[in-house]
Amino acid sequence: MSSNVTERISKIVRVVPRNRNTELFLLLFAFAINAFEIVQVQLSTLQNVNNDFWFYWGALSGAGLLLHLVLRLRAREADPLILPIAVALNGLGIAEIYRLDIAAIANHQTELFAEKQVIWTLVAMVLAGAVVMYIPSHLVLRRYVFLAGAVGVGLLLSPMLPFIGKTINGASLWLSIGGLTFQPGELAKIALTIFFAGYLVQRKDSLAMTGRTILGIQIPKARELGPILAIWVVSLLVLVVQHDLGTSLLFFGLFLVMIYTATGRAIYTVVGLGMFLTGALVASRAISYVTKRFDAWLNPFDDAHYNAIGGSYQLVQGLFGFAHGGLLGTGLGGGVPQLVPLAESDFIVASLAEELGLAGIFVIFTLYILLVARGLRIGFNHNDDFSKLLATGLSFVIALQVFIVIGGVTRLVPLTGLTTPLLAAGGSSLVANWIIIGLLLRISDTNRREVE
Amino acid sequence: MNRELRRISLVVAAMFLALFMSATNLQVLSSESLSKDQRNVRAIYDGYQKQRGAILVDSQPIAQSVPAADAFHFNRKYSSDMYSAVTGFYSYYQGATGLESSANDYLSGKNSAQFFEQLNALFSGKPVSGASIELTIDPKVQKAAWDALGNRIGAVVALEPATGNILAMVSTPGYNPNKLAVHSGSKAQSNYNNLLGSAGDPLINKAIGGSLYTPGSVFKLVVAAAALESGQYTVDSELPNPRTYTLPNTSTKIHNSGGSDCGGTKTVTLLHALQFSCNIPFAELGVALGQDKIRAMAKAFGFGQSFRIPTVATASVYPENMDDAQTALASFGQFDVRVTPLQMALITATIANGGKEMNPQLIENVQSSNLALLSQSQPSEFASPISKSTADGLKKMMIAAVKNGVSTNGQVSGTVVAGKTGTAQNGGNSPYTLWFAGFAPADNPRVAVVVMVANGGGLGQGGSGNIVAAPIARKVIKAVLGK
Repeated sequence: MSSNVTERISKIVRVVPRNRNTELFLLLFAFAINAFEIVQVQLSTLQNVNNDFWFYWGALSGAGLLLHLVLRLRAREADPLILPIAVALNGLGIAEIYRLDIAAIANHQTELFAEKQVIWTLVAMVLAGAVVMYIPSHLVLRRYVFLAGAVGVGLLLSPMLPFIGKTINGASLWLSIGGLTFQPGELAKIALTIFFAGYLVQRKDSLAMTGRTILGIQIPKARELGPILAIWVVSLLVLVVQHDLGTSLLFFGLFLVMIYTATGRAIYTVVGLGMFLTGALVASRAISYVTKRFDAWLNPFDDAHYNAIGGSYQLVQGLFGFAHGGLLGTGLGGGVPQLVPLAESDFIVASLAEELGLAGIFVIFTLYILLVARGLRIGFNHNDDFSKLLATGLSFVIALQVFIVIGGVTRLVPLTGLTTPLLAAGGSSLVANWIIIGLLLRISDTNRREVE
Repeated sequence: MNRELRRISLVVAAMFLALFMSATNLQVLSSESLSKDQRNVRAIYDGYQKQRGAILVDSQPIAQSVPAADAFHFNRKYSSDMYSAVTGFYSYYQGATGLESSANDYLSGKNSAQFFEQLNALFSGKPVSGASIELTIDPKVQKAAWDALGNRIGAVVALEPATGNILAMVSTPGYNPNKLAVHSGSKAQSNYNNLLGSAGDPLINKAIGGSLYTPGSVFKLVVAAAALESGQYTVDSELPNPRTYTLPNTSTKIHNSGGSDCGGTKTVTLLHALQFSCNIPFAELGVALGQDKIRAMAKAFGFGQSFRIPTVATASVYPENMDDAQTALASFGQFDVRVTPLQMALITATIANGGKEMNPQLIENVQSSNLALLSQSQPSEFASPISKSTADGLKKMMIAAVKNGVSTNGQVSGTVVAGKTGTAQNGGNSPYTLWFAGFAPADNPRVAVVVMVANGGGLGQGGSGNIVAAPIARKVIKAVLGK
């Protein structure tokens, strides 16, 4: 059988540690692009290349090489594309944030982000390395499923706590402890993915098989719908109390996709989506803050919304940035992305769109698509359900977050307070996403060794 | 589970496809409309990244961009306050007005004439420097008008009748555009607020817009033109000349200016009525002609239209649906007739030019940054609102008005000046608006000039067009004729 032969050949090929060499080659390519970006930023804004280059380029590249060595030692068979893609995105983010810092300094502003971003990148990549080093197999995570669930929900709801919860721009997504602000929702997405994966593996049979069939559609038992209802309530609570449609949508969407993957029953998705949309629609009419966001989304160019506090000013300025970029962009350092509020975090995509144009945006999208595709592929290749669900959940959460954030900035969906994975300025986001990268690398390694 | 995974991959693909389409829409399809949004300052900011073209008068820059050491790369410098009505200002924070706004495509290098430079820029990466514009303004005439107006609130427009070239355009009080071009946002804002609150509205170009003005007796030129064009009247036609006139269907009595008897005869000729600016004969003439004929005449001269020089002028207004009493008042430029000095200058220039009205223009030619001629303006005809014989009749009456009528202060020794003064009431105790509209030399007109002095020229209701406005016009005419 020819297909057998192909399979066998591909198994033989996998034995050779070609993966790591491919990764090294791609990684060097990512470093080179990153060097080019930072040099371009310096040349166009400072007219010369100075020693700061080594900090903004070297830190990420050094950490990238170290992570590569860790993989050579501890996860020889891990997917070779994931690390270079993550480095490329993270490096592009640093370059743009550095560029915005230079503009901020010229405007005599004191709040800078690039240095912090580099330091957080190092911390995050070390944590990703630790995940690969110290978690021999992701299967051990199954032992902590309910702990993960409790931690996840706790983190998610923690901004509602008095004293440490913090509201920025109308959304309560932050914790503030000792001057350090932190977005717990970012870490919650990892904990909850682990929880969903573990929980659904245990319950998938009863979720999939039970219930009566009406008109050819299997209706699940009410008892089985309990957990879905619970997640729905938590999601809406996030929306109602924390005023953030993005986080709420992210977790509920993640849950629906994982329950669908586990049970293969579209009815959960349909009912769940219906429930969520109903809840969101009611909330959007009932809560004045959310109503405002919705109206600003539908009619951002109306002067009333444009001039209102918490109105569409930021969104519209971001759209202007996109438009200014056109096909090829102004080049890094050539545009004026600093005109958009939060250009370095929530609106980093608008900043990049202005300076890199549609061409650059397509490259960024393609990098995300590749990253998500590799992640889904890892799920595909695994034979045990927990690994499948975990890999799918972790990849899908990246895809959904990219969709919600960039969709918000491009006015495809209402604007929310989520961050763009790996690109946006922000420590919690970097840490969480690099841990996801570490987990995906770990799962992919286990997967390939199993095949051997 | 792999079947489900495959479907989820499709969902992910669909999500990214939506993002691709959304970005394409913003960056390609709607890019132009978004960049034209008034609230999008990027277009203006772009303008600071490359050298903006200069505005030249007699090859000397009255506005130019000089390299600066800050993030803006260039400073916009203006030579004198007297050109503020011409150039307007170019500010990062407050936008742009005047030619800085209306000729922005040239000055910023975005016009189609610079296509090859733009194409070159795409490959070389060097931005296109803006084109410079040379104006039709004659600096001597501009200076004369500016000095003559002095600290009065008002405007002067001087046109070359045969070409429509604007020789002078002054609006007072002027302002210093440099104060708005500063690169500090707080300074620009406070300077702008000061100008907004400043007496005499310096930011408004009174020559072409902002507020419109009551023309008073200079509007009699339009009524007289309508009368001559109708064929029912000549300059010698007799008009009734009572001491007082009761407005039709009212008990309101009107008088001639200063209660004069306008010669005291039972009737006066049209020429006499215009020469001595008699209100009652013109009121009766207006009612006899009917508002429709006068409105058609005004429209033919350009009322209701926004001339572009290329800065957009406000359209002048002749009211609609008046009753006879209102028509009578409008016939000597009162009631709700409102004009710009530019519109009155166009009417005057048309009379001077034998009935042919030329489009007014400020831009003589456009030059690229390396001084290559990109385009040269050609005189163009707006319309022929009156015949040669009507123009000659009006000219004859205007000569008489200056020679020994009520507009004698427009006289220039050695030259025959044709002109008409106006002293417009603005209701109650409000100061008059004072006018002079004329041209010289009468037999071979080189300039048509309109002077408008607002706020009574500081004299409240004590001044008149002949006392205040005519001497200003005389100085402008002298500057043109080199006297």
